[in-house]
Parts: sequence; C-alpha cells; structure tokens
Amino acid sequence: MGQTFTGSAPMQRQSPLRHFSNLLYRRPNLYLSLLLIPPLLWFGAIYLGSLLGLLWQGFYTFDDFSMTVTPDLTLANFGALFNPANFDVIRRTLTMAVAVSIASAIVAFPIAYYMARYTTGKTKAFFYIAVMMPMWASYIVKAYAWTLLLAKGGVAQWFVQHLGLAPVLQWLLSAPGIGGSTLSTSHLGRFMVFVYIWLPFMILPIQASLERLPPSLLHASADLGATPRQTFMQVILPLSVPGIAAGSIFTFSLTLGDFIVPQLVGPPGYFIGSMVYAQQGAIGNMPMAAAFTLVPIVLIAIYLAIVKRLGAFDAL
Amino acid sequence: MHSEKASWGLKIAAWGGLVFLHFPILIIFVYAFNTEDAAFSFPPKGFTLKWISVAFARPDVLESIKLSLQIACVATLIALVLGTLASAALYRRDFFGKDGISLMLILPIALPGIITGLALLSAFKALGIEPGMFTIIVGHATFCVVIVYNNVIARLRRTSHSLIEASMDLGADGWQTFRYIIMPNLGSALLAGGMLAFALSFDEIIVTTFTAGHERTLPIWLLNQLSRPRDVPVTNVVAMLVMMVTMLPILGAYYLTRGGESVAGSGGK
Amino acid sequence: MTHAVQFTHVSRLFGEVKAVDRVSIDIEDGEFFSMLGPSGSGKTTCLRLIAGFEQPSAGSIRIHGQEAAGLPPYQRDVNTVFQDYALFPHMNVRDNVAYGLKVKGVGKAERIKRADEALSMVALEGYGARKPVQLSGGQRQRVALARALVNRPRVLLLDEPLGALDLKLREQMQSELKKLQRQLGITFIFVTHDQTEALSMSDRVAVFNKGRIEQVDTPRNLYMKPATTFVAEFVGTSNVVRGELAQALSGNPDAFSIRPEHIRFAEGVAASRDVEVSGVLHDIQYQGSATRYEVKLDSGQTLTVSQANSQWLDTGAHHQAGQRVTVRWAREAMIALHDAPRESPEIAPCEAH
Repeated sequence: MGQTFTGSAPMQRQSPLRHFSNLLYRRPNLYLSLLLIPPLLWFGAIYLGSLLGLLWQGFYTFDDFSMTVTPDLTLANFGALFNPANFDVIRRTLTMAVAVSIASAIVAFPIAYYMARYTTGKTKAFFYIAVMMPMWASYIVKAYAWTLLLAKGGVAQWFVQHLGLAPVLQWLLSAPGIGGSTLSTSHLGRFMVFVYIWLPFMILPIQASLERLPPSLLHASADLGATPRQTFMQVILPLSVPGIAAGSIFTFSLTLGDFIVPQLVGPPGYFIGSMVYAQQGAIGNMPMAAAFTLVPIVLIAIYLAIVKRLGAFDAL
Repeated sequence: MHSEKASWGLKIAAWGGLVFLHFPILIIFVYAFNTEDAAFSFPPKGFTLKWISVAFARPDVLESIKLSLQIACVATLIALVLGTLASAALYRRDFFGKDGISLMLILPIALPGIITGLALLSAFKALGIEPGMFTIIVGHATFCVVIVYNNVIARLRRTSHSLIEASMDLGADGWQTFRYIIMPNLGSALLAGGMLAFALSFDEIIVTTFTAGHERTLPIWLLNQLSRPRDVPVTNVVAMLVMMVTMLPILGAYYLTRGGESVAGSGGK
Repeated sequence: MTHAVQFTHVSRLFGEVKAVDRVSIDIEDGEFFSMLGPSGSGKTTCLRLIAGFEQPSAGSIRIHGQEAAGLPPYQRDVNTVFQDYALFPHMNVRDNVAYGLKVKGVGKAERIKRADEALSMVALEGYGARKPVQLSGGQRQRVALARALVNRPRVLLLDEPLGALDLKLREQMQSELKKLQRQLGITFIFVTHDQTEALSMSDRVAVFNKGRIEQVDTPRNLYMKPATTFVAEFVGTSNVVRGELAQALSGNPDAFSIRPEHIRFAEGVAASRDVEVSGVLHDIQYQGSATRYEVKLDSGQTLTVSQANSQWLDTGAHHQAGQRVTVRWAREAMIALHDAPRESPEIAPCEAH
C-alpha cells in the first residue's frame, strides 16, 4: 500500500462534550453516580419515602368520636388486626390466595408442559404470544368480562343449561364455604375469576423451568428403565417445582392485594385489599389502613421465605 | 420418556387452557357489536356498529381516553429515562448496594398495588399535594420503570461490551459511542419497553384509585360504569378499546425483541 | 529513538488479584511483538492497558514517548483488533470500516475512499454493502483488521485475532498479517496463547506467567535459550532435569532443559562432550514427520526423545518398546534454567522529550 502512517494528533478538537467525556472516563465513579442519581432520587424520595411514611402512620391514633387522626404513637392499630372481625378478613383472603395458587398450578401445568416439550418454532411462538396477550390484556376489562360471563342469563348460565349441568351447578352452589345464591355472588365464582386472571403468571415460570430441563436427562431416566410415568413423577415434576413456586409468588401476592375482583364478583365480606380501601376512604381511618397494609407484606415475606427453599428465585 | 407425540389428554388440557384464557376476551369483542342495549344475555341477538359511534360521541368517554393517553405518555417517558439510566448503571459494574437497587426497582410491581397506592396517597396528603393528573403520573412512572429496565438491561447484557470498547478505540468519545453504537443497538429494546410500559399505565387501576382524586382515567371510568347497568353497550365498546390498547403492544414488543431474550419477563403487573 | 510502547513497572490489580505484576517492557517502533502466555497470565490485560480500556494501578505506560495514564482510548494513537471482532452489527461493512474516520470528522467522500482502500488491502473489495452477519469468520476478521488500519495507527493491537479460525485459515492469516506488518511498517502487538503462532510471526516475544514476564526475546532465543523452567516448558516441549540427576549429568545441581529433538540414540562412539544416559524405551508414538519416544531412565525420570523421520526408510522401525537403550546429547544443548525470572533492574524513567 505504501501509505505513510503519520498518526493523527491525539488531542483534537476539545468540545465541551469531549471534555465531559474525558472527565467521565477518568472518573468512572462520577459516571456511575450520574447514571444512578435520577432513579435513586425518584425511588428513594418518592417510593421508599412514601412506604416508610405509610408504615409510620400505622402508629398514629385514630379517634373514633371525632373521626380524626392525631400523631400520638400507639400500637393499638396493629393489635386491632387480631380482632375476630379483622382476623376473619385476613383468613378469608389468605385461604383464597392459597386456593387460587394451587388451582392455577394445576391448570397451568399441562399448558406449560405442552408448550415446553411438544412445541417448537412457530407453534411455540404462537403459544407464547397466546399466553402473554391475556396476561397483558387490561385487568379491569378481564374482570368486567367475567361479570358478563357470570351474570344472570349470561354466557355461563347458557352453557350450563344447554349442557344439562344445571343440577351440578346447583349442588356446587349449595356446598358450604364455596357456594352462594348465584355464580356471580359465590366464592366459587370469585375463585374462578382469580384463577383466570392470574393463570398466565403461573404458566410462564413453569414453562421456563421445564424448558431448561435437558432432554438428555429424560433419555437417561428412560435408559435406566423408568416408565414414562415414573420419569414424569421422579424427574420432571420435582425439577419443575422451582417454576411452580416462582409462579405461585405472583398468584399468591396478586390475590392477596386485590380489591377490585372481590368487589365485583362473590359474596359480601371484606378482603384485605377492600378493607384497606374502605378504611382509608369511607371510614377515613388512615392509621388502620396503614396497619392493614402490613398484613400482605408480612404474609408475602413469609411466603417468599418458604418458596425460596423450593428454589423459586432461581426460576424467576 | 414421553414419545415425540403428546397424549390426547395433554393436548386437550393445553389447547383447552388456551381457549379458557381467550374466551372471556372474545366475549368482550362479541358484546361490543351486540344489538341489544340492556342485558348480558347470551347468545347475542344481532350485529351492529352503532355503539361504537355512540361511545365516541360521549364527552365523558373522550375525556377519560384523553386523560389516560396523556398519563400513559408522560409516565412512559419518565420510565424510559429512569429505566435506561438504571440499567446502564447496573448492567456491568459491581458495586456496594447493587442488589438493593435492583430490588427497589422491582418492589412497586412486586408489592400489592394497594400498598403502593396508599403509600403514595398518604405521602401526597402529608405534602399537601392535591391528587390529580400529576399524582397519577408519579404513581404510574414508579411501577413502569422496572418494565423498561428489564428490557434494556437484557439487551445490554446481550450486546457485547467489546462493541463499546471498539468504538472508543476507533476514536469515538462517550457521547459519540452513545449516539452511534449504544442507541441503535438499544432502540428496539427501548421501543418494546416503552410500549409495554404504556400498556401497563393505560390499564392500571389499583394504584390509580388511590392517586386519582377526582380525575377519571379510562379504567376508573370502566369501574364506575359497572354499577350502571343502563350504559352497558357503551361500556362494552370502551372495554374492547382498552383491551386492544393493552394487548397490541405485547405483539409489537414480541417482534421487536425476538431472538433470545424474553420479551418482558414475567414481571407483568 | 523513543519506543513505540514502554511499560515501566506497571501493575494492574483487580481487588486482591495481581493481573499484571510490575511488568517492564520496551516495544520498538515497527516491531512485530507478541505477548504469549496461558490464559490468565496477564497478557490481555497488558494489551487493554495499552488500548486504554484499563488503567494501571501502578507504574507508567508511554506510547511513543507520551505518558498514557488518564488518556481515554479515543485519544490514543492505537487501534485494536478484538478477539470477537466486535463489528457493529447495525452497520454494513463499509460503515464499520469508516467509523473511526467518521467520529474524527473526516468528510464523507474521503471516508468512503479510504474505507474501500482499506477493504481492498484485506482482499475484501466489493463487500462494503454487506452486514457483518453475512460474512464468514475469516471475512469478519479481515473487516476488523481493515477497520483498525484505516485510522493509520502507529501501533496495532491484536487480541488473539486468529483464535476463532480453523487451522488452515489461521495459517494463511498468519502469513498475511506478517506481510501486512512489513508493508505498513507499523508496530503490531499480538496477544496469543499459541506458541507456534507467536514464534512464527514475531520479531520478539514476551512470555507471560502469573502476571509477570518470564522472558522477552527473539523466537529463536526463546526456544534455544529459555531463561526459566516455565518458558522451557511452555515454548515447545522440553525435558526438564533437576536434582541428583542434573548433578550427575551436568555436574551442577541447577535444573537444565534439553529439547527432545536434541537427543539421539547412542550409535557408535560418543563424542568427548556428549552426555550419555540409559534407560528402557517404554512408548513409541509415530507422528508423521517425526517419531517420539518415551525413555524411562534408571533414575525413574522419563525423557522424551524426538527423531525426525527424514530418511525415506523409517529408521525408527528397529526400536521396540521394552528395549533397553542409551541416548546421548551434546553438552551445549543443555540449557541451565532458573525457576523465576530475574528481577529486572530498576529503569530510570525515560525522558523522551
């Protein structure tokens, strides 16, 4: 080529931008701080500040007669959580959250299993989108759709009648604990809506954990003489536990904090979420509302501690 | 092990599950075109486009749509900036408190919405800020950051760091590297994250109920409608609209981020 | 004359780990210089220190006499060919090559002209409009080379650029790189863990081990006069003899090295300066151009002996495993070894200007 390699002068135009660039290069910690300060300010000041403020309010005193809040610190609000009435609310919500998690896992598993092991390429992409779309579709509209489905003379009833299942439904609705006068005012109806709404959050983590199973493992199991059923019970199911546990974090905590679905479907009676909403809104007892928010936080923390042992965090 | 073919039972359970997931959504679309104007009766009586024009002539509907769009746009913008900064800071270097920061970003969607909503409300009250559009935006931006953050950090991790070094090595300073190398490689991840954040904000109701004051976003409008059976056809049309605005971004985000990384992770709402 | 690159007692620590430990090197202008060593030996960190991706924890680095500390990569007259090529995936080949010119503000017409020149230099005319994903590994490697050379750096850094190529292509690229370097007359600093590559291409080679330099020398001297045990064993194959056997054979307790091809089977009368030792032949490996024998000495040590199959008739055919043999070598072929590199003498900071 015969070019002369003179080399450009290392110092060229020194625009302010380049000065700034050089400064950041020489001071990587300054660069990092500049990146971090805006999100840290936002989250630290607005979010964490609010959370701590809320917790603090849980110690304030609410005067039942004047309906006012005074900043006199007390533990009474937290004590009141254990009133039979409040305890009932907590128990009702917790039972629902557990039931919804279990049912979601049962419904989700075959879908996730089929997706992970029997679909490839385009079909897998189709399944993936088909699960993601309902997951992202508007929460309030999904809840609304169920009020349409379960309404008197609505779709569910039409199907029940035409399939001749009316006696079965009657029998179910008369069962204690889950029943009610109609589907839309029964625990069963509410439970179905919850399972529907949170189901995709269970499918995807299970699918991901099954996807990670190396096929050679299953071959090895078969090679060692296991029947398909044994392979499933001894290899596949245990190895998908982290995925199920990860999915249940979502179903559990989302059900625990919900207050829209209990308001729209099911029998009267507060959930934790609706209790918080009512306390701060209609009743105006902010300290009690604040104390109540501690319940889902504590329950979720306990739940996380349990599922962590099941390897849920590795499957997230 | 299982042979290459799935059993019939499994196939039915899997495809049946998909039908279960989509049936209620389908119902919304069906009812939006139902001729009947009062009840939830099934099957629908006939097909009409009438309710769409009725809905879009209603000032309260238009008002709510406009408000929701404005909020979603501003919240998405804030989330894009904060989420990108956070992912740029966290994706490579290790430093004290890194895990704490990423946990803090996830917290607003990990904790139940009532907690975030109530906390923000009590903070606004304490500061004497009147709830309204501004407070809704603050709440939405807070939980949208993690959506952008997840998308961008996944892309950054997938992008070889040597690209940035190569750019600097060839004479580009930090700003030029950002403009010519980082942004073009991040573009579709930002777009995907932004679309998902937009969808999340457009649909959010739990935090919003606390921070909205007297403002009515579209989801709140919908919730109020549920106690007004007379208005059912208009509600149905709006429900369909909200459904589409929230579902379409997932398709877009999927195509933008295809190839290795998960679209949005399971960190949904 | 100033050196192209000069390291003076340079260290780079990552936490407690000394990736580079008090390294001093002078790399001459226009030299093909290789940094050779196993992975984790500090050679790549040294390259990154020159490029400016890392900052030294101690010591000074001068590039053409100018202190490099604090200079960002974009202000160094040095360009790098990356191990993974690091081609920008969103740009076509021409834009990749022209990138360095673009960010320096070179006009578009000039940019394209020089990019096309650089592409033809690496025999990739007509590939400008393609995207990097449409190229083979070897072609990407050439684009990476053109992209670095188009900036006309005075020093080109190459970070194991041939590692991902298959053997035939690698050998071809080796000779092309060498030719290019002679043509351009600029300094090439080449990082590799492949000793054959380093020996065949370089003017001088620095052998790295555990963050330190064991020896800097010409390929011939590295091979013939390894300074340390590590160099003797890392560069080529060596029989390292130490302890009592060393004392018996060389009359000196220090370890020494003897190359397998310098050992012969004893035939006829030994020359006066020959060293002779006997043992049992316990393994024979036919390797095509040579045959390798493992001889288990009576002292228990195994010696590797290599004989070129230079005769049309295979001379090795009459050796059989289990046979008792005597081998001998010239006393001059034994190289005394040190276990660690000698401490480099303190060098006064070089005042270039």
